[in-house]
This record gives sequence, structure tokens and C-alpha cells, in this order.
Amino acid sequence: MLITLRRLMDGLSLELLTPGADMTREVTAGYCCDLLSWVLAHGAPGVAWITVQTHMNVVAVATLQDMACVILPENISPEADALAKASEEGVAVFRSAMNAYELSGKMWEMGLMSAERS
Amino acid sequence: MACEAFHESYTVQAHNFSSAGEVSAVIKRLLRHVGIDFGVIRRVSIAAYEVELNLVIHSLGGRIDLELMQPDSSGAEGGDWLYLTSTDVGPGIRDVNLAMQEGWSTATDDVRDLGFGAGMGLPNMRRNADSFEITSEYGVGTTIRMGFRLV
Repeated sequence: MLITLRRLMDGLSLELLTPGADMTREVTAGYCCDLLSWVLAHGAPGVAWITVQTHMNVVAVATLQDMACVILPENISPEADALAKASEEGVAVFRSAMNAYELSGKMWEMGLMSAERS
Repeated sequence: MACEAFHESYTVQAHNFSSAGEVSAVIKRLLRHVGIDFGVIRRVSIAAYEVELNLVIHSLGGRIDLELMQPDSSGAEGGDWLYLTSTDVGPGIRDVNLAMQEGWSTATDDVRDLGFGAGMGLPNMRRNADSFEITSEYGVGTTIRMGFRLV
């Protein structure tokens, strides 16, 4: 079954921080990492990326990898300029009360696995 | 002989993290505009971002050149190639072989706190490009030239 951003948001009770994001976008897999260079090397298009990083370059990495969305765990708030950039680039950013481990577990239960490793 | 179809040059400021990634974003948009294959755009964009961040983190400033080279009428060059060339004004790398090793980095703790400095940049560039050359002289500067075969 197709998992869209809308379904992911509803299923995990995520808070959308970028109103106007395309909620019909398909999420193909999950990914969790906070080292941006590592994410650039191992991330994949279409993933929902969980990270505690909150600055501008998160948006750049998500855009370059053509990711489906960024999820900030543990109610972390992004920096204002990063959020503005995300809206401008059309990157959906969510926030959750859960930590990265709990989010990953819930996403796996929803049917979101890891992206194929290149 | 190949001829140059277009050539753009972008300046990158040292240590300016607020604008880091802008040059690679511009390059990505330009390549989309001219209709380059999506998979190639992704590889070029990631390599451009890594080299841009290297200029921001490690250099004293520099520039990135983007060139599209097309073969002459004989077709001897084997198709179109895109080249990304990073040129900086220093300080240069002491040991290039060491710098090419995954996991090795001279980044400061401040930079690591931002999620960079994992020692993945140069290997990631080489992985994404079809050709990769790096020359560096300590005290002078570094030049990296990456080629991407267009499909």
C-alpha cells in the first residue's frame, strides 16, 4: 500500500512545520542519521529522514537527495531560516514527540523499510 | 578536440555556513533547466555540494566552475561530459592520500557539531563522478576536477 506524507503524518501523529507541502508525495523508505556527509553518501530519494540536526544544510541535503521529508524527533525546533528555506524548496518538515528510535520502530511497523543500499 | 558548450563560474566564501549549499543548488537548477538526465543531476549535485562544503569548511575561499564539453564533429571524445572544477586559494592539503581515506578529516569540533567533518567528502565525490582528479600543494591550494558522462 502506498504510503504518502499524509498517511505518514496521520499514522505517527506528526506535526507539519511546512504548511503547503505536497502531502500526496510518496514515502518509499526510512532513514536515520545525523552526520550530513554520511547521509549524502548513503541516503536515497523518497526517504523520510529522521535527524536532530536543525540548520540550513539539512534542507540542502534533503533537496539534493530528493527525500520525501525530514522528521525532527523529541519536539526539536528547526532554526527559522532553515524552515523558511524548506518551504521555499518544497521540503516537508515534521516534528514528533517520539525519539528517533521510537519513530523508526513505528515507521517500520507501517511498512517503511530501509532504502536499497547502493 | 572537444569544444566548450557552456561555462559558468561560482564564487564560494570560506567559513560562511549560512550560504553553504547555494552554489550546488544553483547548479542543480541549471542542469534541470537544460534537461540533463535525473540520475546524472543527482550525482553532479551531491559532488557539487561536497566540494562546495569543502571550500566552506577547509579553504580560504575559492570557486567552482561548471563546464559542458561536447565532442567535435568527429565524435572522437565519446559523447558529452560535464565537468565540475573546484579551485581554492589555499591552504592546500598536506597529505592527499590520507585525505582521500574515508573517515579521515581535519574538521574542527564546531564543524562536526553541524554534522560535517565525517571524512566522507572526498571519497563521496570520487564515488559520484565518472572521473576524478585532485592536485594539492600545501601552502598554495587545491584543485579538484570531476567529470560526468552524460547519457
